[in-house]
Amino acid sequence: MLFISLVIFLVIKLSPSDPTAGLPLTIPPDVREKIRESLGFNDPFHIQFLLWLKQLVYTEPKFWMNKLWGTDFEVGQRMISYATRSPVMDLVVQRIPQTLWVVGISYIVGILIAVPLGIISAYKQYSIFDQIGTFISMIGFSVPTFFTGVLMILLFSVTLGWFPSIYDTTHEITDWNSFLFQVKQSIMPIMVLGLFNAAQISRYMRASMLENLTQDYVRTARAKGVKERSVVLVHVLRNSMIPVVTVIALNLPSVFGGALITEQVFQVNGLGQLLILAIQGGDVPVVQTVTVIFAVLIVLFSLIADVLYGMLDPRIRYD
Amino acid sequence: MKSFKTLLLGTAAAMVAVSGVYADGHEGKRGRDGEVKIIYWQAPSILNPYLSGGTKDIESASMIVEPLARFNDKGELVPYLVESIPTVENGGVSADLKTITWKIKPGIKWSDGTDFTSADVAFTAKYCMDPAGGCAQSAKFDGVDVVETPDPLTVVVKFKEPKPVPYAAFVGGQSPIIQAAQFAECLGAKAPECTEANFGPIGTGPFVVTNFKPNDVIQMKANENYREEGKPAFASVTFKGGGDAAAAGRAVMETGEFDYAWNMQLAPDVLKKMAEGGKGVPISAFGTLVERLEMNMTDPSPSLPEGERSTAKHPHPILSDERVRRALSMAIDRPLLVEIGYGQAGRPTCNLVPAPQAWASDNTACLTQDIEGAKKLLEDAGWKVGGSGFREKDGKVLKLTYQTSTNAVRQDFQAIIKQNWKDIGVDTELRNISGSVFFGGDPASPDTFQKFYADVEMYANNFDGTDPEQYLTQYTCEKAPRPETQWQGENINRYCNAEYDKLAVELGKTAELSKRQELAKRMNDMLTKDSMTIVPLVDRGRVSAASVTLGGIVLNTWDSELWNVADWYRKK
Repeated sequence: MLFISLVIFLVIKLSPSDPTAGLPLTIPPDVREKIRESLGFNDPFHIQFLLWLKQLVYTEPKFWMNKLWGTDFEVGQRMISYATRSPVMDLVVQRIPQTLWVVGISYIVGILIAVPLGIISAYKQYSIFDQIGTFISMIGFSVPTFFTGVLMILLFSVTLGWFPSIYDTTHEITDWNSFLFQVKQSIMPIMVLGLFNAAQISRYMRASMLENLTQDYVRTARAKGVKERSVVLVHVLRNSMIPVVTVIALNLPSVFGGALITEQVFQVNGLGQLLILAIQGGDVPVVQTVTVIFAVLIVLFSLIADVLYGMLDPRIRYD
Repeated sequence: MKSFKTLLLGTAAAMVAVSGVYADGHEGKRGRDGEVKIIYWQAPSILNPYLSGGTKDIESASMIVEPLARFNDKGELVPYLVESIPTVENGGVSADLKTITWKIKPGIKWSDGTDFTSADVAFTAKYCMDPAGGCAQSAKFDGVDVVETPDPLTVVVKFKEPKPVPYAAFVGGQSPIIQAAQFAECLGAKAPECTEANFGPIGTGPFVVTNFKPNDVIQMKANENYREEGKPAFASVTFKGGGDAAAAGRAVMETGEFDYAWNMQLAPDVLKKMAEGGKGVPISAFGTLVERLEMNMTDPSPSLPEGERSTAKHPHPILSDERVRRALSMAIDRPLLVEIGYGQAGRPTCNLVPAPQAWASDNTACLTQDIEGAKKLLEDAGWKVGGSGFREKDGKVLKLTYQTSTNAVRQDFQAIIKQNWKDIGVDTELRNISGSVFFGGDPASPDTFQKFYADVEMYANNFDGTDPEQYLTQYTCEKAPRPETQWQGENINRYCNAEYDKLAVELGKTAELSKRQELAKRMNDMLTKDSMTIVPLVDRGRVSAASVTLGGIVLNTWDSELWNVADWYRKK
């Protein structure tokens, strides 16, 4: 992790990003220099990196412990974002719920669509259903989310007027109606991301099912007179899920990447949007922190995939 | 005297606007019109303009914190928190131009109910002038020696040197007054630690922050202590940020989810299509940004030794003749350029200083294309049509290189102008250079706009604020880029005229507004219609979009676009 964060840091620092680049041309160069200095942008690389590291693993945990358990550690200077001059972690914490809501639900929607789609497509291979499913998943797979997103806005917001085109991030769920509004405003980003996920997973599901359906144990089960339904949904499905679960778990972090663009299109104030604005604004501490969080997620979900293996497949045991 | 008159005019205009409001029946209780929703496709990240120079931050903060005086939509100063604009005539500015005295309107309160006093103004100066604070607006306080507060309603700003135009500090959206009590602990290096104050400054403006999510959204409510009865008409504001210009335009003009969208940088046909949505209209206003052709007065020929190309040593073999430059300008179809490139966001101009009105010269001769006149001028100058269809003189063809930065609109312009020039027998070779190189200013590169290794080049430039002094003095002889200055300098054309230099010096010493305007107009004319050194093409404006139900909007390019948000109301 240390290595990843160092590489990220160097990549950001070596790119020609400047926190004052976005300012109007009428602000003179000497004022810009003073701004950079006050941000600590001109300090030597290793000092900046070590300070960031200290703030991430030492200062921030102390602050959050104080906040959660009322402990009384002395908290030093927290990590400050260049653009907002506020603690980076506060920004991150503010944005996680939106990302989890949109990305999380879209992933569940994606799985709920993909698994049955994959099963039926494989069971009735080359049927019309399979052809249509293949076609749709090819579209979902190959058309980028910034295109489907804008297409959906044009269709459902501009032409039909069903859903809002801009996500209201100040909305609070207080009753049934406000919950309905929340569903209405998140339905488009969720569907866009969901389609993308479903496309990918359903392909794996179909391939894995096809492979298992021709296995000997399936014939044995059928010969024993097991109902067709349980042959497919119990015997075959369980075995086919093994590679699919890996894909689901390993893909989860990459969904955040897809969310990057989708969040920007619908203006959902999630982590992805935070990252994009920070990159545009040359806000090094935010870019650094958010990318490292993504890196942590990737490692974490790979681990989860490994553990799930053991549960699904008795042949694999970790001793 | 003139300034007093413009002031009166401004007041009269304001009164007309106010009576217009009454005629529409839009007076009433504060907060009567519910919510207004504004969208900026760049999201505000902080509400303290002193810690961010970004337009999005300055403009969103302008609804909350206010300066002593603002510029109105005509570029005239109007008093906001003060009784009047100090001038030499009314004694507010001392005769030696080293002191300016602001008189604060009595009875103004901060949104927390405490009194607004001169101490807050002095504190604001202290806050921004602290060298460790990294204040983005410190240029506004250039030359300020000390800010004194003889009594709670008087602010005296003393300058180190005489300042003919003392209206920078505490004027306009970039330099609002912040509350001393709130920011007392935030001076210098501590400035960024005051997150709460930076995210929710206490102000004197029409709205108060209730919730701020950085880089996303601001929620505001009407300021109960606002100084004008019955304003603002809206009880709350949602100020959304982020996305892109197209999404923002769509939300106002097509779906009607938002009431106001900032800076619609979109192609004219895209904008027109959106406006067909009928929920909103694009509105535009013009500032000082002018797309222009610059004529090279020196010889850029590659046959000259390096270091002498494009320097005053060698006058341009073709363009030194004023008649040729004039003919080139006459041949251009400016209205067509505007229609293709900018639509509503542009208008043809012949001026380098196109605005504010009081500063702009009455110079419109170039607006109509005159091919025949241009041909005649070239004939007179000795350029006759030769065998190739292009004009020749002494066996040399009239051929020019014309360069600009890479940008779709600019390349369209090049193609049209090339055609225009072909019609009068001038051959043109077009070049386009990546913007980062062209404007990069690298003295080692042969392709920068300063080096000007071409005959004609095109770009846009503007000036900050309403006074063009610094802008016009860029064209004195000594400001020409040349090897000795590492090719730095703003006098791109290498224009050199002793009389012009004299006027520039005079402008630097003149304080009286009407005289300054007179001088500026003369200098503008010398560069444009008299010598055709600079050939202005298009005055580029700003376009925003407003809901058809939103009233009271006056788009302003001299100050924050939201400068008069207190006057906005909902049409019923």
